[in-house]
Amino acid sequence: MNNSYDPRVKRLTLKDANISLREGEHWNIFEVFRQDKRGARHVHVGALHAPDPVLALIFAKEQYGRRKDCFNLWVVCSADILAFNDEDSDVFANNREKNYRDASGFKVRDKIEEFRKKSGNIKK
Amino acid sequence: MKSTNHIKDLITKMADDELILGHRNSEWTGLGPILEEDIAFSSMAQDKIGHALALYEILHEQFDEKDPDHYAFLRNEKEYKCCHLVEFPIGEYDFSLMRHFLFDYAEMIRYETLANSSFEPFRLLSKKVKGELKYHTLHAEEWIKQLGNATDESHARMQQELNHCFPLAAGIFEPAKEFESQLMDEKIYPGEKKLYELWLDKIYSVVTQASLNLPDIGKVQPVFGGREGYHTEYLQLLLDEMSEVYKLDPGANW
Repeated sequence: MNNSYDPRVKRLTLKDANISLREGEHWNIFEVFRQDKRGARHVHVGALHAPDPVLALIFAKEQYGRRKDCFNLWVVCSADILAFNDEDSDVFANNREKNYRDASGFKVRDKIEEFRKKSGNIKK
Repeated sequence: MKSTNHIKDLITKMADDELILGHRNSEWTGLGPILEEDIAFSSMAQDKIGHALALYEILHEQFDEKDPDHYAFLRNEKEYKCCHLVEFPIGEYDFSLMRHFLFDYAEMIRYETLANSSFEPFRLLSKKVKGELKYHTLHAEEWIKQLGNATDESHARMQQELNHCFPLAAGIFEPAKEFESQLMDEKIYPGEKKLYELWLDKIYSVVTQASLNLPDIGKVQPVFGGREGYHTEYLQLLLDEMSEVYKLDPGANW
């Protein structure tokens, strides 16, 4: 008989614990955004469960901030994020046909060269 | 040659507290109440082992003690100087959280004051662990406030554990009978009495925000003895378990 006080050893003989969650005991999900260094943009890195925003930030520190350089984190309750419904993604459907909205759609290089030649004294 | 026993005694008790509580808290790994908390608590337990290592290294490098592994694993129970608070099994999460809160605040205050120590390795260590301890106390504080103010049951359990842990936590501040005045005279550290007062101030504010009550301080009997090598029944078993692998082959390289 092992008389260890370590529960990982002791629980080997435990019967299945009967755990059920009641209404209101579920924690919220928070999205985590990580900032690698001061001034850098925050990048979404994942999500976690927490009972409130402060503990979400505390958990995020270990879960998403303990490896590599990290300067700061944001947490946002997932429920506070407004998004389109999946079936409304057709609002983006014609984007590819409207390439005149891309900066790359404008061909200005030739015009610049022509201007340069004409004025002659503008440095490259 | 000037005796350094006073500093060695102080380092040993600080390090042993960290080692034993770090080991205990790591017993939650894989069993934490929820994944996120499991990760955070395990990570902080590792930090504690790291603090113990840093202190054992000071003993080894400055005072020619055995190397850190040997010192950590191969002493007799009587030679350990940890307080009783850190020896107890992890119990339920209410106990482990309350112990974490009371211990980590004491730890933070101790290391903060070491920033002004006349002993240089203490000043360096104080700087090194500052951020970690800030996180540990933030984590503890939020949990205590959260549970102190949540339901009747969580409040009652936090209050009960505060009453239970308080005399044990007061035992962290057991003065070193022979060395206390010398350590203070040489400005190695401010002394246990001063640390105890600073600690009470800090925890009082958190306890109040958690809607909990500190026990009547004047009537508390601190649980002393650990610093003199008198321990609870739990320590020997923990030491056997902790050093089991090391003792198979103490010279092995990883």
